[in-house]
Amino acid sequence: MSTDTPAGSRFDLPGTPVFDGQTSRRGLRMNKMFMSLRSEANRTRFLADEAGYCREFGLTPEQERAVLDRDWQAMIDLGGSIFYVYKLAVMDGRSMQYLGGVFTGMTEEEFVAAMRAGGRRDTGGRRDG
Amino acid sequence: MAEVVWGLATSHVPSIGAAMDRGKTEDPNWKALFDGYAPARAWLAEHRPDVAVVVYNDHANGIDLDVVPTFAIGTAEHYPVADEGFGRRPVPDVVGDADLSLHLLESLVDEGFDLTVFQELDVDHGLTVPLSVWTPDPGEAWPCPVVPLLVNVIQYPQPTAARCYALGQALGRAIRSYPEDQKVALLGTGGMSHQLAGARAGFINPEFDAMWMEAIETDPARLAALSREELIRQAGSEGIELIMWLIMRGAMDERITKVHSSYFVPASNTAAGIALFDNRAPQPA
Repeated sequence: MSTDTPAGSRFDLPGTPVFDGQTSRRGLRMNKMFMSLRSEANRTRFLADEAGYCREFGLTPEQERAVLDRDWQAMIDLGGSIFYVYKLAVMDGRSMQYLGGVFTGMTEEEFVAAMRAGGRRDTGGRRDG
Repeated sequence: MAEVVWGLATSHVPSIGAAMDRGKTEDPNWKALFDGYAPARAWLAEHRPDVAVVVYNDHANGIDLDVVPTFAIGTAEHYPVADEGFGRRPVPDVVGDADLSLHLLESLVDEGFDLTVFQELDVDHGLTVPLSVWTPDPGEAWPCPVVPLLVNVIQYPQPTAARCYALGQALGRAIRSYPEDQKVALLGTGGMSHQLAGARAGFINPEFDAMWMEAIETDPARLAALSREELIRQAGSEGIELIMWLIMRGAMDERITKVHSSYFVPASNTAAGIALFDNRAPQPA
């Protein structure tokens, strides 16, 4: 693997996290917590005491910190699946384009503009094959 | 005996359903997508099947990460529409066909595809958006009963493209061995190129998508030979879900006829494609 391969990516694909079995093991408690936020009653309980709710689900201190800080990149790095992390983002009124901006160092508006221009092509990833 | 009448491959991006549910299909950012659906919808309205098999994946709505079935089938009479966290879509619940489900299950297990069985399942946008792409105004009910066929595409290792294609071929045999005189439609959902997380988020690969769109009709074995790594490299980490198109394609005849296809960027963060095939060899002009 090349030195610029980010931690958590099992292939030599820069900037491409792959949600694999080890990642899913690390993130299981946090992802189950995100899934629980589909219900209104659970969202209400979460918002009343976010840290307590995280502890109830058994998140690690690092995962709890990432959730409380809305550190979306850290949630992914700590085993979050984007489809599960998205439940928290939706609860906060955030879009997938907002998250796309966070992951790529852009504002939501810049990210949306890039998508409407045909999507991101030159992302530093290998384009061979 | 049952027969496969058509196959519809389509993206299942949630925002496509949301645009329909919120009356935004004429919005400048969406109009071209929905205009691209129109010829397929017109043909489909004239070719109503008795039952449809929808190949899709769940997105943290019907199933949690504590159980990750590689392939699964629903065997229920009724599938409620999931509340994904912002209220359920204002679309009808899905009626199942348990007899066909159980026939397909037995036939596929006999062929070595050991499917997980869902006797209860809430279906999310992965299944309902393709139904909306097919039928924009379902009224009180979708056009026909549905058999959900689920594929794990969100946790590595996903099944290989080759295994999906082989499952599709077995599915075709299973359908054709069903003793009821039924017209069966197939929906293969997901794609096209997209990536949601990481520094490469927003990645779109129109050259790959064009190749895929052509080869799904004419040379699916070429697509079935692609590795997971190659799919993630070329289609993005979520674009790998295109493997579900191969299950649809495998269940169809070797020679099929394209009715319509269309390609649009972006449906939120995704390249959206639709391809509709008549399961009959091209007719002489």
